[in-house]
Amino acid sequence: MWRILKQIAAQGIRSEAAPEFSAALGVEGEGIQHELLAILGQALTIRQVDAGSCNGCELEINALNNPYYNIEGLGIKFVASPRHADMLLVTGPVSRNMEEALRRTYEATPAPKLVVAVGDCGCDGGLFGASYASCGRVANVIPVDFAVAGCPPPPIEILRGILAAVRRCRTSRGSR
Amino acid sequence: MLISGFSLDCERLPAALPIWRASVRSETWTVVARGVAANGGRLLALWGSDRTQGAAGSLVVSVAYVVRDGLLWLDLPLSKRAAIYPDLTPFFSCAGRMQRAATDLLGVVAEGATDQRPWLAHGGWPEAYLPLRRDTSARAPGVARELTDYPFVRVAGDGVHEIPVGPVHAGIIEPGHFRFSVVGEKVLRLEQRLGYKHKGIEQRFAGLPPLEGYRLAGRVSGDSTVAYAWAYCMALESVAGCAVPVRALWLRALLLERERIANHLGDLGALGNDAAFAFGLAQFSRLREEWLRLSKEAFGHRLMMDCIVPGGVSSDIEHAIADRLVRQCDSIAHEVQTLRQVYDEHSGLQDRFMTTGQVLPELAARLGLTGLAGRASGQAADLRCHRPWAPYDQLAVRIATQSKGDVAARVAVRFDEVFESLRLIRAILLWLGESDGGSEIRGEVRLPAKAALGAGWVEGWRGEVFVALEWDGERGASCLRRCHCHDPSWQNWPVLEHAVIGNIVPDFPLINKSFNLSYAGHDL
Repeated sequence: MWRILKQIAAQGIRSEAAPEFSAALGVEGEGIQHELLAILGQALTIRQVDAGSCNGCELEINALNNPYYNIEGLGIKFVASPRHADMLLVTGPVSRNMEEALRRTYEATPAPKLVVAVGDCGCDGGLFGASYASCGRVANVIPVDFAVAGCPPPPIEILRGILAAVRRCRTSRGSR
Repeated sequence: MLISGFSLDCERLPAALPIWRASVRSETWTVVARGVAANGGRLLALWGSDRTQGAAGSLVVSVAYVVRDGLLWLDLPLSKRAAIYPDLTPFFSCAGRMQRAATDLLGVVAEGATDQRPWLAHGGWPEAYLPLRRDTSARAPGVARELTDYPFVRVAGDGVHEIPVGPVHAGIIEPGHFRFSVVGEKVLRLEQRLGYKHKGIEQRFAGLPPLEGYRLAGRVSGDSTVAYAWAYCMALESVAGCAVPVRALWLRALLLERERIANHLGDLGALGNDAAFAFGLAQFSRLREEWLRLSKEAFGHRLMMDCIVPGGVSSDIEHAIADRLVRQCDSIAHEVQTLRQVYDEHSGLQDRFMTTGQVLPELAARLGLTGLAGRASGQAADLRCHRPWAPYDQLAVRIATQSKGDVAARVAVRFDEVFESLRLIRAILLWLGESDGGSEIRGEVRLPAKAALGAGWVEGWRGEVFVALEWDGERGASCLRRCHCHDPSWQNWPVLEHAVIGNIVPDFPLINKSFNLSYAGHDL
């Protein structure tokens, strides 16, 4: 046990400041929490859906949980069911074999049903494109609020995309 | 080549590793399979290709075996009347799913195979659509259809019930379906259904200029992007007969070992977490993040995608960065040593790891368990040690093996491999710093005017990655004819079904993570 405690004490806190959302609207980590509360009235819960990626995007989404990004510290949590989620984080070109599963996941998600497509494949089909086995970009299957480009996008860009979608939700609420 | 007293007329491909190829007839196909199995050889990959040229040529089914002399690639041209070939599952059980996939993609059937259920095709593709047939890829896909139900094997008995899981899983994981048959909390049977991520990679390859294919190969399975890019480039370089500058080979090995460590760090953390030891995840995910950040600085990409290119590598490392890479090895070695001690001494963690998800060496050998998981079950095979290609021939890689075949053994192999890869990285950086072998890092790849075949074979972090390439020469409109990528997950997924038998359902995530198989690399 002392070894564990020693290791924890030696490493200290490695979490970095959350990214500034934009030059005009810089926000601190605490600001993000307040913002999430103001918009959603609660912490943000995300259900990640891999609809056919190469798994590179999953590696970077997983990295958001590491101490450097400390996404839970911002009030953002990955959950196990779409029924508990405010947002779907979808990767990959949507394979034909995952099309129905993705649609059903979307249907199971309660309002505000935000969708962020992650990665070049999710944005435009990427290298795989559309074919007999691929429906191409995520927006071809379910409505997408925000798309994060990159192959794969680094964690900080994914976090920016998540925050951008939440902001957009505030501005476009009611029109959905 | 001599296989169990049977002589085969083979040609040796101009590849970095000893790879032999022969065309056989159907009787020989079976005789060779029996001979390879009897002599302790392994089946590495099985795939089908359409080699028709108008009225000439035919459909071909191919198999790659690992034998004493290296890798043996056999082609079996099929008759025009019936696209059937002798079933290989009596000799190699892992061939089953590969044969089913070849049926889905090309319409070639293993005659006599007991399991003929579709594998990658879930019913949603257009009617009678065989994506790898030449006449198919020329026409539009047609209308997509509804997915069909899959006839899972049912387990009957008092108190037996099923738990269906997936394709969308409860974490940040790739999609696949697991059907558990359980009594109480005990797993009687697990049946997997994969193919959800099939996105037509092999058909996509056929329309690509060869010099661009490395990017697609690097996205077959993102966690093994370096291994795939290297295997692809190795295959292409063997087609072109081009020499890769020595410095580029050492840089490739540097990338491959860094990829191995990045994945092992991630897995060691996740394995701690799956056994409710969140401290492990926090520590190892921190180390992994630091590792990826330096990769980004050194090579321009956190996962080192597109760093290996045909003919060499995309960039050299700067002197200052090389120093930092060495220093990082020192600090990571120290930290991982500390964490290993914590893991080893933590009785709660060891209680979850030991005897969980056990695959004993005898079963592993029979089912063809390969790669990292194989080494944890006494299957001492590592290309870097046993068939060292440049620069591994100068690195004397030490293999890491365990014989218990449980989660603890797979954890131990990962720890050992992290330390060995750190040693290799230091040796590689030393060589790169001292070498006077020239600064060239990229050779020219000139593809031949005539048709040629090439193969690449690389020990990735998960196991052997294999790429078979067919080039049509000038008449092929500058595009590849065929590229088949094989992931070691093909061999290991069926073994996972055995590993969970008798374990409790809540241990499945831990067992699954200890194998950490690729869905993307398998589904293609």
